[in-house]
Amino acid sequence: MTVELFVFVFAAAACLAGAIGVIVSRNPVHAALSLVGTLFGIAVLFLAQDANFLAAVQVIVYAGAIVVLFLFVIMFLGVDQVENLRIEPLGAGQRIAAVVLGTGIVALVVMALWSTDWEATGRHSAYQALAKEGQPDINVLGEALFTRYVFAFELTSVLLVIAVLGAVVLARRSARIDEIIDPGQAEREREIGERIVQAEVRAGVEPDGQEADLVAAAEDEARETEEVKA
Amino acid sequence: MIVADLYVTPAWYLVLGAVIFGLGAIGLLVRRNPLVMFMCVELMLNAVTLTFVTFSRMLNDVGGQATVVFVLVVAAAEVVVGLGIIVALLRKRPEATADDLALLEG
Repeated sequence: MTVELFVFVFAAAACLAGAIGVIVSRNPVHAALSLVGTLFGIAVLFLAQDANFLAAVQVIVYAGAIVVLFLFVIMFLGVDQVENLRIEPLGAGQRIAAVVLGTGIVALVVMALWSTDWEATGRHSAYQALAKEGQPDINVLGEALFTRYVFAFELTSVLLVIAVLGAVVLARRSARIDEIIDPGQAEREREIGERIVQAEVRAGVEPDGQEADLVAAAEDEARETEEVKA
Repeated sequence: MIVADLYVTPAWYLVLGAVIFGLGAIGLLVRRNPLVMFMCVELMLNAVTLTFVTFSRMLNDVGGQATVVFVLVVAAAEVVVGLGIIVALLRKRPEATADDLALLEG
């Protein structure tokens, strides 16, 4: 049993388990954590194929930035409630159709590989060899990025600026605050006010009226929200 | 022992990439939570990057790895804009599904 086989089997198992976890997890937080498993497994497979720089970038960008962004959004919006996968509004037979389609994609790729006898067709190293004498992969990759692919590299900076502008425009709050309706907010605020009062009563502190005002304010707000909705 | 004769050929990586891509596609069609659908898109992107790196090794060409760098940049930009849209959607209705994207109209 070679080391590469050992590494491949474990990394592939992590990838597949993570991918299945993303699909079947009811809780979005669990799905995000399963995604980390897949991304990490792929980073290990990069390492096994001598793509050391890409493995590091994979862990830093994906596991370190993208998944954290996902978790930020999940926690920030409080959408981490468990969803029931059975009552999701899926059309009749869509689940079966999806599985058939997914299996079909995999079968197609495997058949294509089989038809070429499991080998890549095409010329070897038409432009720049990956493995050069005494040079790590990051040198070779950097040289390619800043010579042949330098125009594409510069274009990515434009893409990133556009993405930042788009995120700012999308994340900006609406000018009219009335447009934003959070159905649970007033209720939550009232609950918190009541809990403060209860805790103080339990602790033997006389409610000095300030908390009662809070509760009243929260109730007023709830009524206003109902009116806006109506 | 049979296992001793087994060698990991690049085709194994390609098949694994295809399977992960298929799982991502299934998830994208089966799930209705926009956040989880987005994660499934990430799965598909990663399957493709794995395939690129494998072909890069098979053909001994640096172009595959260079493409993976660009895929990473595009994925980062896509996540930023996509999550912005999802935040805008979920702010209007916390239990929104992909069917509610029309809420953002106008």
